[in-house]
Amino acid sequence: MKALLALEDGRTFSCRSFTGPGEARGEVVFNTSMTGYQEILTDPSYYGQMVTMTYPLIGNYGVCPEDVESDRIHVAAFIVKEYQEFPSNFRSKGTLADYLIKSHILGIEDLDTRALTRHIRKSGAMRAMISTTDLDPESLVARAGQIPAMQGSDLVQYVTTRKPYFWKYNQPDYVDAKSLEDPFIWRHKGKKHSVVALDFGIKYNIIRCLENAGCEVLVVPAKTDVQTIKRLNPDGIFLSNGPGDPEPLTYIVETIRELLDNFPIFGICLGMQLLGLAMGGKTMKIKFGHRGGNQPVKNIDTGKVEITSQNHGFAVDLNTLDKSKCHLTHINLNEDSLEGLKNDTIRAFAVQYHPEASPGPHDAAYLFNQFAKVMEHAKA
Amino acid sequence: MPKRNDIHKILIIGAGPIIISQACEFDYSGTQACKALKEEGFEVVLINSNPATIMTDPETADRVYVEPVTPETLCKVIEIERPDAVLPTLGGQTALNTTIDAAKTGIFERYNIELIGASIDAINKAEDRELFRDAMNKIGLRIPKSGFATNMQEVEETARRIGFPIIVRPSFTLGGTGGGVAYNMEELADLAKAGLDASLITQVMLEESVLGWKEFELEVMRDHADNVVIICSIENVDAMGIHTGDSITVAPAQTLSDKEYQALRDASIAIIREIGVDTGGSNVQFAVNPENGDIIVVEMNPRVSRSSALASKATGFPIAKIAAKLAVGYTLDEIPNDITGETMACFEPSIDYCVVKIPRWTFEKFPETDDILTTAMKSVGETMSIGRTFKEALQKGLRSLEIGRAGFGADGKDPAPGSVAGTDLEYKLSTPNSQRIFYIKYAIEHGMPITMIHELTAIDPWFLYQMKQIVDLEKQLKLAGMNLPKDLFEKAKKYGFSDMQLAYLSGGLTDKQIEQKRKALGIVPVYKLVDTCAAEFRAVTPYYYSTYESECEARVANRKKVIILGGGPNRIGQGIEFDYCCVHASFALREEGVESIMVNSNPETVSTDYDTSDKLYFEPLTREDVLHIVEKEKPFGVIVQFGGQTPLNLATDLQKAGVPIIGTSPESIDRAEDRDLFAAMLKKLNLRQPDNGIAYSYGEAVSVARDIGYPVMVRPSFVLGGRAMKIVYDEKDLEEYFDLAVQASPDKPVLIDKFLEEAFELDVDAISDGEDTIIGGMMEHIEEAGIHSGDSACVLPPYSIDEHHIRQMSDAAKAIAKELNVKGLMNIQFGIMNDTVYIIEVNPRASRTIPFVSKAIGVPLAKLATKVMLGKTLKELGVTKEIIPSYYCVKEAVMPFDRFENVDPVLGPEMKSTGEVMGIDKDLGAAVAKSQFAAGQKLPKDGTVFISVQDKDKKAALPVAQRFHDMGFTIMATRGTVTFLEENNIPSTLVKKVSAGRPHVVDAVKNGEIQLILNTGASSQTQRDGYKIRRAAIKYKIPYATTTDGARAISLAIQAMKKEKLTVKPIQDYHKEN
Repeated sequence: MKALLALEDGRTFSCRSFTGPGEARGEVVFNTSMTGYQEILTDPSYYGQMVTMTYPLIGNYGVCPEDVESDRIHVAAFIVKEYQEFPSNFRSKGTLADYLIKSHILGIEDLDTRALTRHIRKSGAMRAMISTTDLDPESLVARAGQIPAMQGSDLVQYVTTRKPYFWKYNQPDYVDAKSLEDPFIWRHKGKKHSVVALDFGIKYNIIRCLENAGCEVLVVPAKTDVQTIKRLNPDGIFLSNGPGDPEPLTYIVETIRELLDNFPIFGICLGMQLLGLAMGGKTMKIKFGHRGGNQPVKNIDTGKVEITSQNHGFAVDLNTLDKSKCHLTHINLNEDSLEGLKNDTIRAFAVQYHPEASPGPHDAAYLFNQFAKVMEHAKA
Repeated sequence: MPKRNDIHKILIIGAGPIIISQACEFDYSGTQACKALKEEGFEVVLINSNPATIMTDPETADRVYVEPVTPETLCKVIEIERPDAVLPTLGGQTALNTTIDAAKTGIFERYNIELIGASIDAINKAEDRELFRDAMNKIGLRIPKSGFATNMQEVEETARRIGFPIIVRPSFTLGGTGGGVAYNMEELADLAKAGLDASLITQVMLEESVLGWKEFELEVMRDHADNVVIICSIENVDAMGIHTGDSITVAPAQTLSDKEYQALRDASIAIIREIGVDTGGSNVQFAVNPENGDIIVVEMNPRVSRSSALASKATGFPIAKIAAKLAVGYTLDEIPNDITGETMACFEPSIDYCVVKIPRWTFEKFPETDDILTTAMKSVGETMSIGRTFKEALQKGLRSLEIGRAGFGADGKDPAPGSVAGTDLEYKLSTPNSQRIFYIKYAIEHGMPITMIHELTAIDPWFLYQMKQIVDLEKQLKLAGMNLPKDLFEKAKKYGFSDMQLAYLSGGLTDKQIEQKRKALGIVPVYKLVDTCAAEFRAVTPYYYSTYESECEARVANRKKVIILGGGPNRIGQGIEFDYCCVHASFALREEGVESIMVNSNPETVSTDYDTSDKLYFEPLTREDVLHIVEKEKPFGVIVQFGGQTPLNLATDLQKAGVPIIGTSPESIDRAEDRDLFAAMLKKLNLRQPDNGIAYSYGEAVSVARDIGYPVMVRPSFVLGGRAMKIVYDEKDLEEYFDLAVQASPDKPVLIDKFLEEAFELDVDAISDGEDTIIGGMMEHIEEAGIHSGDSACVLPPYSIDEHHIRQMSDAAKAIAKELNVKGLMNIQFGIMNDTVYIIEVNPRASRTIPFVSKAIGVPLAKLATKVMLGKTLKELGVTKEIIPSYYCVKEAVMPFDRFENVDPVLGPEMKSTGEVMGIDKDLGAAVAKSQFAAGQKLPKDGTVFISVQDKDKKAALPVAQRFHDMGFTIMATRGTVTFLEENNIPSTLVKKVSAGRPHVVDAVKNGEIQLILNTGASSQTQRDGYKIRRAAIKYKIPYATTTDGARAISLAIQAMKKEKLTVKPIQDYHKEN
């Protein structure tokens, strides 16, 4: 079915929908991972974004229920060069198109995705509309311009969990919101590190990695207040990834600031940006973001390079941080941007990239053990 | 960690001659490494016996030893050069093996030389099956279970441990017979029993079968700070059971989810660490069970490889160059990524296109061998193609193969629909062969379900569906006929259909008409960049491929530019020599300030290195694809005379389309190739060619042959490269030839030439600017006329030709060059018989011998020829006189007979060699000896020589036998030869022919009683006995000669070896003597 993609700056791409009729709006970004489309689709950090895969053939291995990173698809639309309708893989339980259709997510193909990628690289991530009904370029471009900007919006509210949950049998085990009042909620206190994970859009694999590192994770809504968290008396706090701009999330920054002195803290992606804000720094929107599985990050302590999975459009401005209080632990090898920071005195550290991978390389998985160690030290 | 400064001089070991499984990819990697290390200020010493390589150019390394790549030579060079370090990981398996053998002599400790890249321990750990198994088990990975058994009880025990299905492989057999797959105890009992019988040592190996599992390769790099990155993943379209070199492969992997891919990535990283490759690249091969994802490690190569060359071209990441830098101390995060110019080499390339590699086989050259693919590689070359879809890349790859196909069928070359079906078709699908991809197409057309094709081929359904989509579209295109609507037209191009295919499917239009219609609709290709990063960063290196999309990224410069058309896939008759010439053309253009644009489809080559030329278009070499580039770039000229037959075949078509061909004109090329025009020219110049004629029927052939006089050389006019060419001695032979080989008809005549029996044959390469002509080199063939010049050993300068003949040939060459207005290179083959000089063939273009001659005389002929094409005169270039070296250069051909069962290893008019080596020495015998060692013939200094020659060769063989006798060899011979030798007072011992009962000569070979074999005879009568001896020579790696001339040369070589130890000397020192 014919479709049109219109960017706010006037550029349009005619294309084809492989998921039937529909319309979608959002910010267009690109991801350079060659595998892992299902993980990307279900990563809450993509909320409100239409993701272009730079690898041209997508859908090859179908979809598999085990490969989801949350309970639903979060991308606003999926843009590929050539959709593969005949998947082949022993784990596959269906086609990508059916998977998208079931969630009413638009998928388009047959456009020059490399041209689109180059355009975003040069002009920055931008708002766009896709439609199978409104094929008039002028009209669709105009509508793209009316989409609310991502900057300044609180997107976390749309993706954070409503109810707290533990992780059991490789899936969420929801508990009543009221039970957070109970300091004895922990099931493995003493045997495992009890971790409260503030959910700004957490990926399941983060929880798995924490559990594997010997943690018992309690995922709580983003708006959970400081007193409740303190009362739970966890061994550590985890600040999750999530979508959009960290700056409007003042309520979370406040919470973090009050937790800083009391608990070991580990943050990933948006979690790091929020930690940066809590430590007095500033964040900024970067031109077209890092989204892919091949970003080289240098660990300053060891000198070794990790190939990392990344997905962010905002970043902590290195120059706004108080260097006496926190120091740089990781930098991006390609452009010297901030990838990790640490504050020894308050036992908090965070990385901008995704050590939980999924999709992507496992090089940085050691960070979860590092968090466990920090918690152990704090107990001793 | 920056560059090491405790080492200064590095010795690099090259791969030697081009053989099957070791082609010009090692010139590509070696050249990159030499350049990189020189750039870093190291003194680079190189050993490589292959003169057709860029790496052996005197400019590539500081001291280039064109000497045999053997442990002995390596030690000699080390003694002279005393390098600080040896880099053994860039010259393929040859370099690794040579290093391991040299290490056993203790030479590295003796001179305190460090092995950089990989240590002996690491190499052993990867190469030794048991050490490798232990290493893999240690990190929780496994390799196929296996075990040896010498009796049926052991077979049963081992089988129980392994589990079915089991592959049975008899150890050490003649001809690999007796193996197979057993699915149960009963089948195993039969197979193992037969296998034990077939084995010469009564032993079989049983191995867990992973046949039909999916096969993947990962290219890994590691630096000494232990940073590890994966450069590329490659998926084999053909499942386990076919050598990866014989598999169609695709990059990146297509059918792995991220979870599965990351598992292979983690495993690869663990493997390179456990094996202990300190720095550089490695290739890891995995088998993955399609049913459940189980992973088995197939093998690990602790060096750059064919796959790493492919991965480099597929991603733009120069693995060999980076490996060289890592070996001297840099870490990955210190080396910039050349392609982007703004990022670092420590990353994992992301690609936004699909790459398909297709092997090129030459089974047509070896009709005695079955066209069946197994775990032993048989292809001689490959093409790579890039597209935005698999379908596009597959079709581009197939039309790049130079097998006369325009894509995935749809070109009128397929058998009639329905003619291939049933069990025949099923057999072709289930038994891997060079044409299987087309049989898959027939199966789809025939309506065979994809699931069934999958069951028969074990090819992943994903690939089969892609093929089905092409077939489905083909049907639509056929229905649309001549009036293709725009959207369908566009879709066809996106699916990779060529104009040739669309013309065929239109049912009436020509490809030129299709082209017109297409352009009228505005459907033209765009060019996209290979940039290592999927457009995430700006890229500076102009490395392009075509596709049908909206945005073109080709940056067309506004300066003088010249397009060089490369040679396409390597095959027998067209190899690295032509790539060498193309690369030199590129160097010359750069020196002259002209933009060089390379077009080629061969991923193994130096020409397709992104920094060889100013621009690289990785494209098929077809009229359509080349014209698109010409239209985009609008070059000053196009060079077609360097890339061998492939671009030459395009010359006329391109010229007709208005493309400016520079250098010798296509008309002149035609004058040399067209029989009548050629004869007319020679007549005009008062030169002689062997008497000849043309026959359109058998009757005519008989009378032509009678007129000319036997022996004659006969060949069909419509095949190139000496195929089906035969020397015919009498009418009976002629009749047989017509019965078996060809049928003459009005449109397919047979050409008949007088065969110059026992004539001297010479190759002459010359360079001309149209006015002046300078002889580059004259090469006297060691073998007599009648053996393809590509297979004949030759010597520069000539060693037995009279001065007046040399002058005659020189004059003739000059006259011909002037007459044809040659601007560039020209090759002439001369024959001398009974004091008469004959012109056998003239090729006004770069010949196979140009690199050899250039190395011999120290003058880069191809480079100079390019400058001539740009308008320079030879005088301006300072080329004024012929250089005749004061030393002998011997070129020897390297044959692939050990790869092809049932092939008689005799030389003939059809070329069969895959590569060449060069031996240089003051002494002719020593130069021959070096060429023999370089070609893998370990000549003995004493022992027993077995001599068996057909009657017509006896006279010529006599002095050779005498010399061996004088040198103290024992001569062993069969009855006839013994009698003949006795008559001439040469003692010999008698051995039985194979047909005369045991113990016979082959038994003597097996028992190690024979050190050298001289056995001639090409005619059918000698087949049986001679054939068995020759095959035994190959099997037991005994040096042999199949011509008396070859035998004479070998006797001279051994004489030289006995007189004096062979010495080594760099080519730069030889050149100083000129």
